Amino acid sequence: MRIKGRGRIGANVSVPFSFEGRRYCGRAGDTLASAMIANDLHFIGRSFKYHRPRGITALGGDEAGALVAIRRFGAFIPNQRPATQELFEGLEARAENAWPALGLDVLALNDLLSPLMGPGFYYKSFKWPRGAWERVWEPLIRRAAGLGRLPVCPDEAPYDQAFAHCDVLVIGGGPAGLMAALAAGRAGGDVILADPDRRLGGRLLFEEEEVGGRAGHEWARAIEAELREMENVRVMARTTITGAYDQGTWSAVEKVAHHLPDGDAPLECHWRIVAKRAVLATGAIERPVAFAGNDRPRIMQAGALRGYLNRYGAVAGRRVAIFANNDDAHRTARDLATAGVEVVALIDARADAAPPPEGGDFRFLAGAVVEAAHGRKGLTGLTIRTASGARERIEADCLGVSGGWNPALHLSCHLGARARWRADIAAFVPAAGAVPGLEAAGAANGSFSTAACLAEGAAAGQSAAQALGLKAELPEIPAAGDRAGGLKPLWQVSGARAKAFLDLQNDVTVSDIQQAAREGMGESEHMKRYTTFGMGPDQGKNSGVNALAVLAEATGRSIPETGTTTFRPPFDPVSIGTIGGAGRGAGFAPERHTPAHEYALSRGAVMGDAGLWKRALWFPRAGEGNWRQSCDREVAMVRGSVGVFDASPLGKFEVLGADAARFLDFLFATPMRALKVGRMRWGVMLREDGHVMDDGVVARMGRGHFLVMSTTAGAQDLWRHMQFVRQGLRPEWDVEIVDAGEQWAQIVVSGPRARDLVNSLLRRPLAPDQPAHMAWKALTIAGVAARLFRTSFTGEAGYEIAVPARYGAALFALLTERAEAMGGGAFGLEAMNVLRLEKGHLTHAELDGRVTLPDIGLSRLLARKGDFIGKAAARRPGLMGPDRAELVGLRPVGAVKQILPGAHLFRPGLLAVAENDEGHVASAAYSPMLKSVIALAFLRGGRARLGEHVRASDHLRHVETLCEVCDPVFFDPEGERLHG
Amino acid sequence: MRIRCPLCGERDSREFHVMGAAEWLARPAPDAGLEAWDAYLHLRDNPAGPTRELWFHEAGCGAWLVVARDTVSHAVFEAVPAWEAGA
Ligand SMILES: [Zn+2]
Repeated sequence: MRIKGRGRIGANVSVPFSFEGRRYCGRAGDTLASAMIANDLHFIGRSFKYHRPRGITALGGDEAGALVAIRRFGAFIPNQRPATQELFEGLEARAENAWPALGLDVLALNDLLSPLMGPGFYYKSFKWPRGAWERVWEPLIRRAAGLGRLPVCPDEAPYDQAFAHCDVLVIGGGPAGLMAALAAGRAGGDVILADPDRRLGGRLLFEEEEVGGRAGHEWARAIEAELREMENVRVMARTTITGAYDQGTWSAVEKVAHHLPDGDAPLECHWRIVAKRAVLATGAIERPVAFAGNDRPRIMQAGALRGYLNRYGAVAGRRVAIFANNDDAHRTARDLATAGVEVVALIDARADAAPPPEGGDFRFLAGAVVEAAHGRKGLTGLTIRTASGARERIEADCLGVSGGWNPALHLSCHLGARARWRADIAAFVPAAGAVPGLEAAGAANGSFSTAACLAEGAAAGQSAAQALGLKAELPEIPAAGDRAGGLKPLWQVSGARAKAFLDLQNDVTVSDIQQAAREGMGESEHMKRYTTFGMGPDQGKNSGVNALAVLAEATGRSIPETGTTTFRPPFDPVSIGTIGGAGRGAGFAPERHTPAHEYALSRGAVMGDAGLWKRALWFPRAGEGNWRQSCDREVAMVRGSVGVFDASPLGKFEVLGADAARFLDFLFATPMRALKVGRMRWGVMLREDGHVMDDGVVARMGRGHFLVMSTTAGAQDLWRHMQFVRQGLRPEWDVEIVDAGEQWAQIVVSGPRARDLVNSLLRRPLAPDQPAHMAWKALTIAGVAARLFRTSFTGEAGYEIAVPARYGAALFALLTERAEAMGGGAFGLEAMNVLRLEKGHLTHAELDGRVTLPDIGLSRLLARKGDFIGKAAARRPGLMGPDRAELVGLRPVGAVKQILPGAHLFRPGLLAVAENDEGHVASAAYSPMLKSVIALAFLRGGRARLGEHVRASDHLRHVETLCEVCDPVFFDPEGERLHG
Repeated sequence: MRIRCPLCGERDSREFHVMGAAEWLARPAPDAGLEAWDAYLHLRDNPAGPTRELWFHEAGCGAWLVVARDTVSHAVFEAVPAWEAGA
């Protein structure tokens, strides 16, 4: 219900929302949680295992009970915490883990079956009885368990990623964080202050207390305004720091449009923030006391109870009890009573507790505990045990519980540091130096009073600024309350038989943890995995220390001896969509387009991926029903008249300098030093381990100037390699390398009429041998300076014409259209692959990183004089000799005409098993010229076996083909066509 | 992770391509023998602590660097150009 005159949000603006299909109204400034409480929605969902009713327990990300699914961009996103969801108009939420309906849940039977589902349940049901897992448990668990239900459609919500750098990152905008940001900001530091709330102030937004002589939340508003005025301070509201990483790197999630109806703005933005220093001002998280039935809806943190009252004017009951072991919870009783809510009792477990100094019109019980809570779908009453040991029933419909506060130290442990136990506050605190450059302040450091938070925050901000060499003064510390704690540890109350819960999300009880200890899982990490404690969205933020205390008691050790489990990023759940950011669909990877890309598309080109490049695979024409028809026609076109091919993605590296020739001679296994100016040479490069790395064509442009044209796929690796050889191995040589790959468009013109086509562009036609095969010349085409390379990958007479990239589209279009007039046209990568296969030319299908020079018939290069990369290792035993598989051609000779790349080769008559393996098929295609499938393969001792038969056996696709071994050059073996 | 490139300043590790241990710079003589070449190609320490590695500032200046860093603390100590570093 909503208390009139209470709360600090827009009382006049109503915001409609729905839960489980029913419409309700909240107010502007509400969270979904506060709006639910105000609407008397307390039974929000059901739990993971036992399907017990669950309600709201907390004010933020430490919510242990209520999880809902919220509709975003057409899908219900599971496991959302109502307290971290700001209300917006039209928000739709629904309950989780309830089937068929929230009120009537068939699987709540699990609660009655719970003796069968104790800790280690999964492990035990995997083992016994045999077969029961598949038949019984798995179907049952799949139906029943899990937190929420994943949407099966793609996530359509927009996300983004961003980066920031700063001097000081202040994590948390409560009193400590505000003072830290103020101190560092006034010193001129570049400050980022991040806080999950939409406003700064932290606990001050939820408390009735004065800071600097005025209401704490108003003081916070004034400081926020001052910080936002500073140009060197960036306030990041709605931002949670989720992880600490090396070198002062922090991950963060900013909920950019989480509080708005679906729109264009990113729902969330994933930040990577790099900070020289950081202040941990994340505050503290209130922990529970476990007792029988403590999971009932309307039982919540005492601090949350008064927080909902003070900020939102919402209270979860009409007759409220408080149960605590510390002074802080007394404020809840006081605030409720002041607001006119009936407080039936303040039950303080400490025998020596004094009643609140402010007094209050309610019953105060010192030395008493709550032994059990009653009511199924919501609290109806309590059984308490008084100081004298007497049991008494108290009628209450809402209970605030406080077992004390745990510093929110998680980020300080992300780099592996362990938290330090402080017995005086019965809590873990961040260890000094846990994260380099990070200092904890205020409640996160175990200093819980507002005065201490303000002072420590100011000091931390000042010292962070000073560490960066800034002149920082300590800001004036406003007056504030200095009361804190007075806590006496109390982790659980035993006595009643019903379940006492520690982990409300995973249904882990006190007795589960005790049982884990009995069954040998007494180490905290074992206990966690055995019981699934702390594995829900809250990650044990509430009750982690309680669970350790129960485990410590069960194993006869102290809490620090028991130790915490490991805190890992993220501190708060982060959706995969947020981490992915815009990196999906077209945003997943950049695309590289050749200059003629658009023109190729306009001619109907079917594009395919070659690394990041988009390349035309074929150019379909009217009447062609599939790629093979287009490909066969394009092959015939090149062999019969002329084809035009966009080879622009080739690597193009200019190598310059007095030692350029020497450098290439060292880089290539093929000798390059003697190459004459104006000539070209095909060559191969080895890796230092002696295997073939890549091949390419080298053109000598001048005395100290070469051009290396490399394979598209290998260009990036070659660039690194060339630079390594130059900078790392031969730094004393005079060589410079320029990656000119994107400066030039390069178009292949190939076929018997290639020269006619090129001549149609030239004022002075070329003679047949001008330039000769494997030579190049500079010329001018339509006024554009171009390079004409006489080379051929297809086996036909041909040229590659390079022009500056900006003329590439025009040249490709011109050549294509003139070729069409001559009975030719553009061809794509598929036809190029067939053409080169017919000629036995190699690609990465053959040069796959495992191949040596002898394998491809180039052993003579090993005898070459002088050193080159890979030479020493290439002569190792095993890389040469009769056992090597050598390059051969294959054609089918039996009934089966298909040869599949990847098939392995066996002698006819021998079993197709690994021991008999003699090699493999590297590539295969249908040759329209030979009217047969042809293949390139590596076969043991292959060059001596021409004419023999082998079986190509593909075990995966169950194709077996009898083949004849033949020369790898299938077409025009004498190379007569090259000369046109 | 960030590396301070001596030519470009401090840059995110995603601008770099890592090749492995700096021993790649100590290329044996062609006739050093199989054992020396085997060691150069295959034998690497796997230190828990300080290590020297080759990183290529691929999306930056294009310099190969020898980066000294610690595999335990993840501290990055310094980066020097490969042509000045030696193995
Ligand atoms: Zn650089």
